[in-house]
Formats: sequence, C-alpha cells, structure tokens
Amino acid sequence: MARQFTPKVVTANALIEGDVIYLTDRDMWTRDMHMAELITDEAHAQLRLLDAQRRPSEAVGAYLADAAPGPNGPEPTHFREDFRRRGPSNYAHGKQEGRAYV
Amino acid sequence: MYKYSDFDADFVAERNAQFRGQVERRISGALTEDEFKPLRLMNGLYLQLHAYMLRVAVPYGTLNSRQMTKLADIADRWDKGYGHFTTRQNIQFNWPKLRDVPDILDALADVQMHAIQTSGNCIRNVTADHFAGAAADEIADPRPVAELIRQWSTDHPEFQFMPRKFKIAITGAASDRAVTKAHDIGLRIVERDGEEGFEVVVGGGLGRTPMIGKVLRDFLPRADLLAYLEATVSTWNQIGRRDNKYKARIKITVHELGIDTIREQVEARFEKLRPTYSGVDQALLADIEDQFAAPEFASRDVDAYDIAYRNDPVFRSWADTNLTPHMAEGHTIVSISLKAHGQTPGDATSDQMRVMASLAKRFGYDELRVSHEQNVILPHVHMADLPQIHAELKKAGLATANIGLVSDIIACPGMDYCALATARSIPIAQQIATRFDELKLENDIGELKIKISGCINACGHHHVGHIGILGLDRAGVENYQITLGGDATETAEIGSRVGPGFSYEEILPALERLIAAYLTLRETSGETFLETYRRLGAAPFKAALYPETKANAA
Ligand code: HEM
Ligand code: SF4
Repeated sequence: MARQFTPKVVTANALIEGDVIYLTDRDMWTRDMHMAELITDEAHAQLRLLDAQRRPSEAVGAYLADAAPGPNGPEPTHFREDFRRRGPSNYAHGKQEGRAYV
Repeated sequence: MYKYSDFDADFVAERNAQFRGQVERRISGALTEDEFKPLRLMNGLYLQLHAYMLRVAVPYGTLNSRQMTKLADIADRWDKGYGHFTTRQNIQFNWPKLRDVPDILDALADVQMHAIQTSGNCIRNVTADHFAGAAADEIADPRPVAELIRQWSTDHPEFQFMPRKFKIAITGAASDRAVTKAHDIGLRIVERDGEEGFEVVVGGGLGRTPMIGKVLRDFLPRADLLAYLEATVSTWNQIGRRDNKYKARIKITVHELGIDTIREQVEARFEKLRPTYSGVDQALLADIEDQFAAPEFASRDVDAYDIAYRNDPVFRSWADTNLTPHMAEGHTIVSISLKAHGQTPGDATSDQMRVMASLAKRFGYDELRVSHEQNVILPHVHMADLPQIHAELKKAGLATANIGLVSDIIACPGMDYCALATARSIPIAQQIATRFDELKLENDIGELKIKISGCINACGHHHVGHIGILGLDRAGVENYQITLGGDATETAEIGSRVGPGFSYEEILPALERLIAAYLTLRETSGETFLETYRRLGAAPFKAALYPETKANAA
C-alpha cells in the first residue's frame, strides 16, 4: 500500500528581501502561508517544486514544507515553519510589521 | 589607533566593486543562486530564516567612535535601527536587502571596515581579549600580534582552501578572557626569564565535538610566531581530514593522532620554515605596535568618583559590577552591558550606538571594544568621569549593573533568526534575565555564566557556560539540555550533561530549582556556583533538576 503523503506547501525566501514566501496555485508568490497551495499529491509536489526552482530571480532555496489543512488555509506542522511564517519572537519585525498576523 | 594600509583599502574597494557587479548579475538572473552563494558568503552575507544577514568583522574587537557611529547610520538607513553584537566579536545586521548590501559595504569601507572572510574555510577574524591594552593583569597588548596574523593570513595563498575554517584567539593577560582554549589555536603571551613569548595551545573548539585545547609549545620565542603558526596550520592542512566535514577541524586531528605526534610533525616543519622568515615580519610587527601605542593617560584626582560612590547606591552597584582594574593610575575599564533585563542579549539600537560612540569620544580616548560576551567596552576611562558616563548610559538604557551575573547571558540568535537552529535561544535568555531580576537575587547569586546555543554548532558557547543550555528539536518540539561545570577561562573545562532535556515551558523552573539548590549548598556567600559545583560534583544539582526521579528512586 502506498505510504500516506503528508501535504506540502512550496516555500522559499524572496530574492531581494529574504522574506519567507509561498507558492500559490496561481503561480504567484505570497507572504501569507494561508494563501499557499496545499499540495496533497506527491508527484504534483515534485512538479510544483520544479516550477518554483525555475524562478531563480524571484526566490531562493525553494523546498517542500509539511503542512496541514486549516480553516483559513494551510497551517504549519512543525515549529520551525511556524516561526518562519511569523517572524522572530523578540521583536515584531519581518512579517509582523505593518499588519497583525493571526 | 591602527589604520589600514593603502593596500588593504585598495583590496577592500576592489572586492566591494566586484561584489556590486555580482549582486547586479544575481538580481538580473545572470547568476544562479548556486553560483552566487559562495560569493555572498565570502562577503559576509548569509540568508537566514526571515531575511539576509550581514556579518561585519570587528578585528580583535576594536572600534573607534566614527566606526560605531557608522554602524548606527547603517542600522538606520538599511536595517531596522539596531545591530547584534556576537560572540565572535562581529556585528550582525539582521535585515539588509540584497540590493542594498553593496552600498552598506561601501559605507563600511568609508570607516575601514568590511565583511570579508568572515566565512569560508580560511583563517577567520583573529579574536583578542576585549580588555587588551587596558587590563591591569596584562603582560603585553595582544592586538599587534593579532593584526600581524591577520595581515599574514589574509589572502595567504596556502590558507584559502583548508580542510575547514580556522580560528585563532590571543590574550596577553593571566586571566583568559578570549576563550583561547576553545580555539583551533590559542595564544597566550607569557614571560620566561624576562623574555616575552607565547604559550601555544592547539585543538580546542566547541561545536558538535567540544574539546579543550592542549599545549603544543609552552614557550615560543616571540620572533618565531609566524613560522610556528605556518608550521602548525600547514601540518594540519596536509594531514587534516577532508573526507568528513565533521572530522576536519584540527581538534579532531589532534584528538586522533595525539598531541605528541602533532608536536613532532609541527616541530619538524618549523625547523624547515624558520629560515624562510627573514625577520621582515618582526619589523612589520614593530610598526604595527607603534600604531597600537596606548594613549597618554591623563593624571587627575578621582574625587568626583569617590563622592558619587559614597552617595549614589545605583552608581555604586553599577561600579561594583561593571568596572575592571586598568593598568594606568586613576583609570578603569567600563563594561557597558547589552543585557538589559528582558532584552535580546547583544543587541544595541542605533541611538545606543551613538551614545556609546559619543562617550568614547569625549571620555574614552576614542576607543571602544566589543566583547565575545556580547557587551561593549570603554577600555580607557578616567574614574573622575564615571558619574557623568553612568548618567548618560542610564538615560540610554545602557546602565544595567549585571556584568558576570545571571542575566549577563550569552545567547546565539537561535531559531528566531538562524537557518540552522533547532530551537530558540533568545526568548530563553529573556525569560531567565527577567525572572532573576524579579527575584532580586542576582547580586546574592554572584558570578554565574549562563550560555545558550540554539543548535549543536555552539555559537552561544554553551559547553563552557557554568550553566550551558542547548536547544534541540526532539520529535518536533523544542527541548533544552543543561550542561554544568563548563568554564571559558584559563581553567577551561567542557560542561557535562546532567540528564534529559526540558521543554520550553519547563526550562525556566528547572533553572530556578538549580540555582536555589546552589544557594543552599554553597559554603559561604563568596563561593561561586562553579566552585560549589567543583566541590560537590553534579549529584546534588541533578537532584534539584530532577526531583521526581529522586523520589522514584527512593
Ligand atoms: C545567524 C547565523 C549563524 C550561522 C548560520 C552560524 C553558523 C555556524 C556554524 C555552522 C558553526 C559551526 C562551525 C563548525 O563546527 O565548524 C558556527 C560556529 C560558531 N559560531 Fe556561528 N553562526 C551564526 C551566528 C552566530 C552568532 C550570532 C554568533 C555569536 C553570538 C556565532 C558564534 C559562533 C562561534 C563562537 C562559533 C564557534 C564554535 C566553535 O568553537 O566551534 N555564530 N556558527
Ligand atoms: S548555535 Fe546554531 S542556532 Fe545558534 S547561531 Fe549557531 S548555528 Fe545558529
């Protein structure tokens, strides 16, 4: 039997700012994990990763991160991805600036 | 103060121009990330969790007021108004944008600073005692030698592609404040029969395989230093393991082959190399020494200090913890704590940098130092000026009286910034400092060094903390391991792990139990945590950390 595939999002850092970004199903980059495409199929995940890696002048270090469906869109399953989507805990810098992050 | 030669200035300018072109080509898509990455790392530019990070060298930790002011300007113009001082005597900017980095590097070059070679398998930024040239217990200022090594190793053709990076630290004092025994090579200036020389220690290091360095040569005449260093580095360059990144550091070579074998090989090479050093380096060293000459220390009375000390308890408490004896009469060394309770260890805002620069300029012979303990030092201050200095520091939130105490914590950036981290370290430091400040126990506890790393790379020096904390990822949850009995000084030791780790929520209560145990176990109020630990061993501390286990076993 096929192994259960943990859903994924494609994530990377933006080339200029270094911000954490995610790939949407419309092939745009978003800074909001909830807007990311939640990928539930392994073969599709590999394709989407290749798509992301073909955009080196926008994104650095694209990879597949585990995610889980949530009421507002994909949610992280590991604390590292949770910190990545939110920003540092000692200052409200990065994504926490400008808009409140929920 | 030491100034770059024209050669250095040209070299930096050329590197900056090259890097500007490389950044442009990266942004236009002409360079891929794989091509660009090694180039940016050579220029001190890392990609971290949320942003790029630029690591700027502060060679042997010495800065003047213009340089500090420039760092403040960079923080305001291109970053978020602050900088982070690290255990490697660097400053890191956490939020530069790729497009701006060439401008930042040019701004640094204006004040003879750069970010070159702070990464890669080369000889890194040579670190020195942060009280160099000032401490009362010093035999000689180690910085001229540090600078000689820097000039010799920068772009030395043989030492650009070594098995691994190579770190050298040097001290000229009896008290080791430069952690020389945890470096690839540690140098200590010593005197024998009136002659000055070096004790050479090799093979120390932290990281995943922590080791205390071993003595390679107990007395090396001063003139032989570069030949001997070259012999040591090139011996390792030949026999060091390139097959396995984790076994490549010289500490592993020393550990696997034994110090005696290494010594034989180094000495044999040294005999061959010695004649090739014609003494030009000694002439150069004399030249460098002139540029590091101590300022003319003013002679004045210290009444203002005595009056403030008698009348102002806040000033007194600060003076008791943050001052260190100076070699010149009427002078002292001021440690400015970047560890205000609850703040990020090592961070300074641009305004704070300007205050420190201004104080250095007006009262400190224009000198500042950065310590590996993530504080800033005014190395030469007249005691009479201390009340004024303290008042201005206080206004800027820089007068925390906690040097060497529980809240003077070293913490690496951990998972709040670092891409390699397995757990956070900054919030742990913030919680500990806040808690012990609330308990008002700091002064009672006395000297206690807590050091925190967010992964096994040990940037936070946790192995040599009296209490070390290592953050790990255990099955997707942050977990903190405690080591006890580490020591970063001349009596260096690697701390021992006491038992299973604690969760993010459990670590602070665990530390409170540990320190409460110390307070009951110590023989006198003067016995430090480390002394009590050395006297009693780990058992009573273990019992305090793991009360349930003890109950179960009973
Ligand atoms: C945030 C980005 C950083 C990264 C990616 C990073 C990476 C590393 C790595 C990979 C090592 C291990 C090297 C080895 O074992 O050979 C290391 C060692 C070290 N780092 Fe960092 N580091 C960072 C920040 C810092 C900071 C902020 C400090 C100071 C607070 C620091 C101080 C050190 C020190 C002292 C060592 C040497 C430990 C030893 O003796 O092995 N690093 N770093
Ligand atoms: S110890 Fe680990 S987490 Fe901390 S700065 Fe170094 S590499 Fe990053």
